[in-house]
Amino acid sequence: MFAYIVRRLFAVIVMLLVVILVTFGIFFAIPKFTGSDPALMYVGKQADPAAIEGIRQKLGLGKPILEQFWNFVTGLFTGRDYVSTGDSVHCPAPCFGYSFRHESPIWPELTSRLPVTLSLAGGACVLWVTGGVLTGVVSALKRGTVWDRTAMTVALSGVSLPIYFTALLSLAVFKYKLGWVGGEYTSFADDPGSWFGGLILPWVTLAFLYAAMYARLTRATMLEVLGEDYIRTARAKGLAEPVVIGKHAMRSTMTPILTVLGMDLGALVGGAILTETAFSLPGLGQAAVAAINERDLPMILGVTLITASAVVFANLVVDLLYAVIDPRVRLS
Amino acid sequence: MTTDPALHPGEAPTAFLDVRDLRIHFPTDDGLVKSVDGLSFQLEKGRTLGIVGESGSGKSVTSLGIMGLHTVGQYGRGKARISGEIWLDGKELMTADPDEVRRLRGREMAMIFQDPLSAMHPYFTIGHQITEAYLVHNSGADKKTARKRAVELLDRVGIPQPDRRVDDYPHQFSGGMRQRAMIAMALVNNPELLIADEPTTALDVTVQAQILDLIRDLQKEFGSAVIVITHDLGVVAELADDILVMYGGRCVERGPAEKVFYEPQHPYTWGLLGSMPRIDREQTERLIPVKGSPPSLINVPSGCAFNPRCPYADLPAGGVTRTERPELRRVLGGSPAAAGGGGHWSACHLPQEERTRIWTEEIAPKL
Repeated sequence: MFAYIVRRLFAVIVMLLVVILVTFGIFFAIPKFTGSDPALMYVGKQADPAAIEGIRQKLGLGKPILEQFWNFVTGLFTGRDYVSTGDSVHCPAPCFGYSFRHESPIWPELTSRLPVTLSLAGGACVLWVTGGVLTGVVSALKRGTVWDRTAMTVALSGVSLPIYFTALLSLAVFKYKLGWVGGEYTSFADDPGSWFGGLILPWVTLAFLYAAMYARLTRATMLEVLGEDYIRTARAKGLAEPVVIGKHAMRSTMTPILTVLGMDLGALVGGAILTETAFSLPGLGQAAVAAINERDLPMILGVTLITASAVVFANLVVDLLYAVIDPRVRLS
Repeated sequence: MTTDPALHPGEAPTAFLDVRDLRIHFPTDDGLVKSVDGLSFQLEKGRTLGIVGESGSGKSVTSLGIMGLHTVGQYGRGKARISGEIWLDGKELMTADPDEVRRLRGREMAMIFQDPLSAMHPYFTIGHQITEAYLVHNSGADKKTARKRAVELLDRVGIPQPDRRVDDYPHQFSGGMRQRAMIAMALVNNPELLIADEPTTALDVTVQAQILDLIRDLQKEFGSAVIVITHDLGVVAELADDILVMYGGRCVERGPAEKVFYEPQHPYTWGLLGSMPRIDREQTERLIPVKGSPPSLINVPSGCAFNPRCPYADLPAGGVTRTERPELRRVLGGSPAAAGGGGHWSACHLPQEERTRIWTEEIAPKL
């Protein structure tokens, strides 16, 4: 088990380095090959030549790509200074880059937005996993009945309806028409009540989409597992049906659900862009949209790195949970 | 016209296990699959019944039916339709409360499955799976006692270092060891009826013999009634006191093992014997396969289910094999009824003298 964890951690470090390399490559190296000027992209097309030259010096764009990469990576750990003639800005560690549009380092901006996104993803996740898995299990056990057909039709609509439709619909009904919920995002530390009130609608909207997918996945997996020989063995031992389902069948059903959950959660931490935009939540997704609109490349790069790291870490957690669930993973 | 002694509906039997007119049908989109269609037999404690037949003859469906496993966990559509009577130790199981039957499963009747790898949960230790079977029927027992019992049984079935191996997972065992562990799991509550469904099919030959020896020794030791389900006549020859030959969901021949082996009275049994490789004799002829394929269980041939494949289908006068289903009839003459099996029975339209002649003159010399 210990060797397994060490192996996985090592793999995570390698993965993160690859992520940084690829992200860096896309934002810095590729423009160099394609001939477009990164500095121009940083400051915008209307900037005067002196400003462009200043940026070029600060970013060290004249230096070899490998050196630029090295500066970027060391900046993540030690911080770095962006220096040009007569001007210098310090970006403390971890330096994910410096937004010249907002004249501030990226990292504090990211960290202020992260709790919003984590609240959104975490709460929605609890909702959709409970709802989706429960619906899926009941559907599998009542296969072919009215309940099963209804649940699967609702699930199909959940998978099919785009989030900007369900989000706007729920806003129109529950916030503007009925006035049940609403309000701005409030941090949990400030006021747990309004935190909950402000997030319940985004949670439900987001969870509806995911719960639908999880219900279908759970149903299919559960039906497959129920056909396994070891389930028949469990019954042949005289175990009661709730034990057969709840212990023997659920244990195997969790594996594929966990796999998908790892990827979904990781991706969501990078920002549920549509949900955050529709509900005006100041999370990472919204920051990404704003950054793209403003061509604020360092910000886009920062959000991308956070997203990629979140996916890698979520998968690490999934892998460790696999080992807890499946002895064959642990012992091989 | 019923000549089967098993059929006295509703009346409590004297035999330990008495299965009467068991029918197990499965509704499918293509029609009703009649996997078992009127099967009756008795079995006493201390004896072994071998149920033989090719794939799809209804052997395994029968065993799961006795265990009551067609009626639990069948969710939604496609529920099995079961009728008949199953008497175990004076209790009728078909009309009993399902929870009562559940409490019998694993305690009074237990089952060994074909493929021990897929029949054991990959995520739980061998010990956990055995103690689980023990604890569910001994609510007073604590985990320590259960574990001791598990180690004791693993030792009994020949697992080396049982106190250490008890914490292993199924994938850490070899195929033969897994089947031993499976047997330990079945025996943990000293069941009086043990059903072994193709217990050696998934194992290699050397291990097969060990497992058969183990089952035979354990039966002597525990005195349980054993049903061995197999397509392998060698397994039956090794273990069974009585043999029941199934074809198309029905019994075509039943009797003491020596009778069925040495004086078989049904053309299908001849076919099975002819297709069995023998190493105890000089093989002069090639094996004789049973021509054709097993009957569809949805559109069972009218008359005798075996007639499309029977080399002697044209012998009975008036083509009666295609219109009338042959009933089980007692084979006349020979030794009197053997214990437990109730004598030698066969379901064939051919006159008995004709069958005896064909067997002794045409079939037996070639085997």
